[in-house]
Amino acid sequence: MSGGTSKFQSNNGLVNWVEHRLPIFSFMDAQLNQYPTPKNLNYFWNFGSLAGIILVIMIVSGIALAMSYTPHTEFAFSSVERIMRDVNSGWLIRYLHVNGASMFFIVVYIHMFRGLYYGSYKAPREILWMIGIFILLAMMATAFMGYVLPWGQMSFWGATVITNLFSALPIIGEPIVKLLWGGFVVENATLNRFFALHYLLPFVIVGLIFMHLWALHMHHSNNPTGVEIKDEKQDTIPFHPYYTIKDLYGLGLLLTFFAFFIFFAPNYFGHPDNYIMADPLVTPAHIVPEWYFLPFYAILRAFTTDFFMYIPFAWLMSAKLAGVIAMFASILVLLALPWLDRSHIRSSNYRPAFRIFYWVFVIDCLVLGWVGGQAAEGILVTIGQWATFWYFFHLIIVVPVVGVLERPKALPNSIAASINGAPQAAE
Amino acid sequence: MQIIKTLTAIAITGTLIIGVSSTQAAVSGPKPESINWSFNGVFGTYDRASLQRGFQVFQNVCAGCHSLNLVAFRNLKALGYNENEVKAIAAEYEVQDGPNEDGDMFDRPATPADHWPAPFANSRAAAAMNGGAVPPDLSLITKARGSGGDSAIRVSMLQPSGFPLGADYVHGLLTGYLEEAPVGFDLPEGKYYNKYYPGHSIAMSSPLGEDAVEYNDGTKATTDQMSRDVTTFLVWASEPELEHRKQLGVKVILFLIVLTAMLYALKRRIWANVH
Repeated sequence: MSGGTSKFQSNNGLVNWVEHRLPIFSFMDAQLNQYPTPKNLNYFWNFGSLAGIILVIMIVSGIALAMSYTPHTEFAFSSVERIMRDVNSGWLIRYLHVNGASMFFIVVYIHMFRGLYYGSYKAPREILWMIGIFILLAMMATAFMGYVLPWGQMSFWGATVITNLFSALPIIGEPIVKLLWGGFVVENATLNRFFALHYLLPFVIVGLIFMHLWALHMHHSNNPTGVEIKDEKQDTIPFHPYYTIKDLYGLGLLLTFFAFFIFFAPNYFGHPDNYIMADPLVTPAHIVPEWYFLPFYAILRAFTTDFFMYIPFAWLMSAKLAGVIAMFASILVLLALPWLDRSHIRSSNYRPAFRIFYWVFVIDCLVLGWVGGQAAEGILVTIGQWATFWYFFHLIIVVPVVGVLERPKALPNSIAASINGAPQAAE
Repeated sequence: MQIIKTLTAIAITGTLIIGVSSTQAAVSGPKPESINWSFNGVFGTYDRASLQRGFQVFQNVCAGCHSLNLVAFRNLKALGYNENEVKAIAAEYEVQDGPNEDGDMFDRPATPADHWPAPFANSRAAAAMNGGAVPPDLSLITKARGSGGDSAIRVSMLQPSGFPLGADYVHGLLTGYLEEAPVGFDLPEGKYYNKYYPGHSIAMSSPLGEDAVEYNDGTKATTDQMSRDVTTFLVWASEPELEHRKQLGVKVILFLIVLTAMLYALKRRIWANVH
């Protein structure tokens, strides 16, 4: 990793002996201690490290849960209840893990919307952004499979609905579904492989996070002005102690928020039906995914046969397949964002037109989330379809066009200048 | 004041998320009364007398048809019974054990380590005895109905008009029977009309007639009283950790608030020379 040459020195003989063979101390010193960080980061820059800490909480609590969990359709539900009732502090570990998933998504979504607002995906941070999208995909797969493990009604029916989506794909659809199920229905083999993958994927996420940080440290953090670091002395401060303490303070706030849910509303993000053991013969009245999937679920369901975005493709595929493709495309299109955005100005603070569209997009995503949680009937179908349209219209049309047409505001000369209120450069 | 802006943004996001996740749990039909349960709120605890009365209702009425698989006799200590009382309660029941040396299964009196014996051998037997409907297990009933288990948010922020807790739903169900279905409602043979049951047509007849049990503590056994007591008992069965969870939660949150305030002070001090 580049960035910040270490002035690391030690009087400790053992440290120097190790350092000579494996320069891990100078590495950590350069990347975590002296690492130069823009001095003007606001609190939205806390969410990356918060996400990392929640991942650690999830892995530690998850391993503890795995020690008392039984991945078998006949015992899974009662083994979870055994954790809740008979394992020492089992309820705490489980509620930590269950609500931790929601916290993880809250933090990561804020982290992503920060990146969208401040143009953190633009050159030279395209790969950093793309790795982030892969982390999101891995998180979604992990969360989905984790929700299946307690083997409640929503676990079972959620797994049935989501895995069935793949059957819409031509030719490869059926084999993929059989592979996911390990049979011809969602059954014990499905639960077993989901458990294995649920345990594996978090470590894949850890690997992706190392790549994410590696790419980050190549060109350092973006900042609210979007202006690159010009003078390390003027524009940056060392990561420690400035950002270690700022991150710790942010962590204190997050943990307080988190603890409120664990102790006083532990099933708030969950669904009551998941406290009924899975029964393949009884379908719940409403099958609803977890809240963090709702915007994507709304996109999936928007594709009815009379949806105007589907009609041009009607000769080619079923509405179900179009919905599945759109759902995956809604995330994959973000991979192309660094090239879709034609503006060289990163921060929306200097992009008056884009800034408005940004907030419309945020509201659009929230509307999608709201529609996704409702029964698909009446006016909600239309709202969901227009929100779906706007989601893609924003990313594929608005972002490039505004980037070309917009007259941005003048950027500050440097990060330091933006703080000192120095006169801004002429346009 | 960047921090205030940030916090406001987080609060708005949080509220929206909360709105989203609550609406998905909304129950159709009339809303049962939201009751000010003793276990509601941040400092909520179970009313021991109500728990014991509720247990009596469960034993004498519900247990005839409903199982309570996740509760063991030893758990009853949490209701305020001592070791000997729990042993005595357990001994009133027979459980199957075995096989013995001859390879035969045999019945013996239950011990505190045994789980509550189910009234039917399996769900087929349960259905056969109950006109085709299987009485659900009650171990998690208040977490699995309405908008689910204990939640400080629903009670304080979105109640009273919105989302009934599982406990409110169960109480509503037990007290929500009508003698006759409203005119125009087509009630199937052998079903009963309930205001709060989804679809209104329920296979269980009104279980709690006046004085269905005779309370040991002399409390008058009205339908509403029995319903409240048995609901309290069932909330305990669903969330036996509730009191401990809330007491620990108050301590944890106070600790975190103090810690966060100290971290904030330290942050201000460290950053003093940057601004």
